[in-house]
Amino acid sequence: MATETEPAVEVVDLEHTPLRELNARLHAAAQEPDSPRRWRVSNPGGRHAVAVGLDAPLEVDVDGHVGYYCAGMNQHAAVRVHGNCGVGVAENMMSGSVIVEGTASQSAGATGRGGLLVIRGDASSRCGISMKGVDIVVRGSVGHMSAFMAQKGRLLVCGDAGEALGDSIYEAQLYANGAVAGLGSDCIEKEMRAEHAAEVSELLARAGIDDVDPGGFRRYGSARELYNFKVDDAGEF
Amino acid sequence: MCGIAGLFAKSPGVAEQLGEHLGAMLSQLNDRGPDSAGVAIYRDPVPAGASKVSLFSPDPRYEWGRVRDGLAGAFDGDPEPEVRASHAVFVVDAEAERAEAWLREHHPELRIMSVGETIEIFKEAGLPSDFVRRFALEDVQGSHALGHTRMATESRVTTQHSHPFSTGLDLCLVHNGSLSNHNRLRRELQREGVTFQTDNDTEVAAGYLTWRLREGADLREALEGCLRDLDGFFTFAVGTADGFAVLRDPIACKPAVLAETDDWVAMASEYRAIAVLPGAEDANVWEPAPATLYVWERALV
Repeated sequence: MATETEPAVEVVDLEHTPLRELNARLHAAAQEPDSPRRWRVSNPGGRHAVAVGLDAPLEVDVDGHVGYYCAGMNQHAAVRVHGNCGVGVAENMMSGSVIVEGTASQSAGATGRGGLLVIRGDASSRCGISMKGVDIVVRGSVGHMSAFMAQKGRLLVCGDAGEALGDSIYEAQLYANGAVAGLGSDCIEKEMRAEHAAEVSELLARAGIDDVDPGGFRRYGSARELYNFKVDDAGEF
Repeated sequence: MCGIAGLFAKSPGVAEQLGEHLGAMLSQLNDRGPDSAGVAIYRDPVPAGASKVSLFSPDPRYEWGRVRDGLAGAFDGDPEPEVRASHAVFVVDAEAERAEAWLREHHPELRIMSVGETIEIFKEAGLPSDFVRRFALEDVQGSHALGHTRMATESRVTTQHSHPFSTGLDLCLVHNGSLSNHNRLRRELQREGVTFQTDNDTEVAAGYLTWRLREGADLREALEGCLRDLDGFFTFAVGTADGFAVLRDPIACKPAVLAETDDWVAMASEYRAIAVLPGAEDANVWEPAPATLYVWERALV
């Protein structure tokens, strides 16, 4: 049987390598076709801005907990964190994927325009705040004010959602399997039609989640009542 | 921005190195709060009837021997101070109230940082990692401790404006955030007889806790009252003789991470301050929920 040789994995230990050097090497790899495609980062020690600004189809595994803004502004790369993430993981992601094996702090996937963010544990408050096209799948629960001012994209929560889900939402599809503590301003429950059930199944499959029944999800989205100022409301101001 | 660190020793090994661990945590929080730093350390309980007082003098050549001689004359015993940089800790053979009253009368030039049976507070303007060195935290042992690194947003950078703030016997408060109703609340508390030494917002929160506790509330009730009576952003850590408590406001913009192993319980603004603790990579790590009180005390752990 023919065996393919495993591609080389470049290992960077943040205990000994400065973070800027790691990020600079990852950025340079985008320009150099012969440079390693697979990277492994050890001892992140809660550092901020690990593997940010990637712009190439690299695979980056981070072994441990990271601080703020991990994998921010990602394009094309597949980043997997084997630990927990601080504030703003995968913020403003454009494409590619970011997978968090642990939990994520507040504002996970903030302002993301594309790609897939998967959080295997819980996400904290403001998950998907101002999302603009990213897909976010949370295996656990999300905190309060998730998908605040969401504009585009999909947030799928396998567990529960905290208070004020989808507050001041423009557009975006929100799905929750568990209890929703409350919907935010202008966010309403919407009918689950066949295309939405298909969308739930597709997101679960892409996130590699096979132990959640896609039939239990409910859909939430914009009532579109805040789009325009209504003269009848003038007295409110 | 500001940084908070708290450490509670569950094993003798961690208690022996408490100051060293806390110093490592604070140094990680340098850039969250480069303006000033402070710690409250709980250790060496004094005998019943005695009290422990932490004092600060802005004069680097201050002669602490004068205070010692005065205390020895006024009370029994020989209160030799333990001097650390600009601070000195005295064990006075008198109840806290009498010791404090004597010091205020005879040494108005000194600032009383804390009074109690176990608490010691040290704080100073300047970079936290310098503070850790100047106050030689590495040789401090204790059962638990809180620390703070400050980035000032609403009042001056001085030692007096630094955290922790004493809120009563063996109690202290550190804060990350900003309060918006502190001026009105300060006036209300002043009418209730609470005194303030600065225009700092956190001192008002400390004064609020002092007042509620004085009026008969327990620590849990006093802290839960903060959710109703304080307007603004806060992650609080409160040190008590037996442990510490953590509370975040309902919006929870200000970060907090909790972690626990068989040897310690830690609280910090960011995980990187916990990562320096032994066994952190295998700790149970989680984010405290908004408007929810978390308490660790020796009797409970």
